[in-house]
Amino acid sequence: MKALTFTLVAEPPERLDLSPLTPERLAGIERRDVERIQIGMSKHGSKVGDIFRVAGSDPTSIVFEGGSTRLDLVAQGMRGGSVRLDGNAGAQAGRAMRGGKLMIEGNAGPYAGSGMRGGRLEITGNAGDHLGAPLVGELAGMNGGVLIVRGKAGAFAADRMRRGLIAVLKGSGDHAGSRMIAGTLVVAGGTGEMPGYLMRRGSILLDRTPARMSPSFVECGAPESVFAAIIDRHLIAEGILKRPLLGSAPRKYGGDNAVLGMGEVLFPR
Amino acid sequence: MPNMSVNGMTIDDTFAEAFGMRATAIVITAPSRKWARQAAITMSGFATSVIGCGCEAAIDLDLPPSATPDGRPGCRVMIFAMGTDELQKQLLNRVGQCVLTSPGSACFAGLQGSAELKLGSALRYFGDGWQISKKIGDRHFWRIPVMDGEFLCEATTGLTKEAVGGGNFFVMAQNSANALAAAEAAVAAIGMVPGAIVPFPGGIARSGSKIGGKYKGMIASANEAYAPTLRGVVASELGPDINAVLEIVIDGETNDAVAAAMKAGIKAVIELGPKRGAVRISAGNYGGKLGKFIYSLKDMLP
Repeated sequence: MKALTFTLVAEPPERLDLSPLTPERLAGIERRDVERIQIGMSKHGSKVGDIFRVAGSDPTSIVFEGGSTRLDLVAQGMRGGSVRLDGNAGAQAGRAMRGGKLMIEGNAGPYAGSGMRGGRLEITGNAGDHLGAPLVGELAGMNGGVLIVRGKAGAFAADRMRRGLIAVLKGSGDHAGSRMIAGTLVVAGGTGEMPGYLMRRGSILLDRTPARMSPSFVECGAPESVFAAIIDRHLIAEGILKRPLLGSAPRKYGGDNAVLGMGEVLFPR
Repeated sequence: MPNMSVNGMTIDDTFAEAFGMRATAIVITAPSRKWARQAAITMSGFATSVIGCGCEAAIDLDLPPSATPDGRPGCRVMIFAMGTDELQKQLLNRVGQCVLTSPGSACFAGLQGSAELKLGSALRYFGDGWQISKKIGDRHFWRIPVMDGEFLCEATTGLTKEAVGGGNFFVMAQNSANALAAAEAAVAAIGMVPGAIVPFPGGIARSGSKIGGKYKGMIASANEAYAPTLRGVVASELGPDINAVLEIVIDGETNDAVAAAMKAGIKAVIELGPKRGAVRISAGNYGGKLGKFIYSLKDMLP
């Protein structure tokens, strides 16, 4: 069967909620009925058929051809299969994903991978603020899975992260890893102000000495680290990085001592 | 069928009898081969026989840096016991006292089995609250602060119920030097077989035993039928040309691993020949009534 393909016909007239278009929610639905699903979020009330030309029939493999910053909630809550967006995404791409693979070949807006619990989300371009972060009122951010941003990420990446792996390869904005509870955030290409701001536990792994760290982080030596070897090899094996990030004995800063202080920021010597 | 003759050596028409056991394996790595082996040898010390040690353990294979999870030299150590509870206890005591303590060490699962045994998920309490849990891919590790950095230890390792303990054969020679040469050749060959260990000192047992004894409370005692000094006074298994017998005891991850190890060991003894090594090969059994696994020597010939 050919992948179920949604080709964007023109720039949408309103913001769209694409959360109904996941492998799970489209399973067993006729193409005619797919075209009638309402995705518009304003008084226009656009339907799938108004926005996209639909082709193919395999809902476990979904492709969006053409992107727009108005495409919100791409693959929200997906549990399996694959979704590929050939273009930019709006807010909350891959929100609350539990499994499967989401590939965004373009830029993503704010809250990409928000509250992810599993699966793999890869963004080839840049991501907005609050990467993997909780929405207002939620207690924890990303809770599992792998989130890769090949470009830059905005501010508050991995905010309140609890589990899983986030990798940002061309630098992040301010407060990367703010309020982290646990989990691993990798940032290559530099960070903005105060990485790890108010982090409790968890690991922030950098490819260079952070420029502006909060004074509530303290120097914790640089012994030989098997963990560094394991994570370096994992990142290369997963195709996330091409070269080792930390080396065999990275420097460690412990913090944030303004809160629990059991987190760490590691970077090569 | 009468005894066979191969390369001028007598091969008894008998069989080894072995038992089902529980087994696990771990991979120990260290900054150098020397320290990986040191940790592995220390944790598999005093682990020759379940009769008195609680478990049987030894290095299965040396692993090159390319074959270990962290890219450092390593060893795969196997541990065998009669039950899951005892195996779990021995694993934690030995890794906790001998690997955690060894400079620069790290410890990984060495087996994927039908069930899991606790490893780092129990040893983490040494961290006294400073231990760090890390899930990397589908593996779970604990990082425990120690005085040279961190001890990284995988949370669990696998348990197999398919393991076999007690595969064996005897090398019989005209003098002790020849017996030792034959046994050493066998141990070296078995060292290359994955999934099989020889837990006795250097892989060799000189006090092969029989079950029970005349004294109360003895689980095992001298096997007088194979003791050359008693050749004339008991119903001996030894002919006039035998003055030394050594036993190779093999534990394997599977029935096939034990068979492969026996074949490799017997082949090495036969290749060494009767002039420099053994003149006869035999094996130990209990009449075939007790053990689930039978290895006929005639099937083990090269």
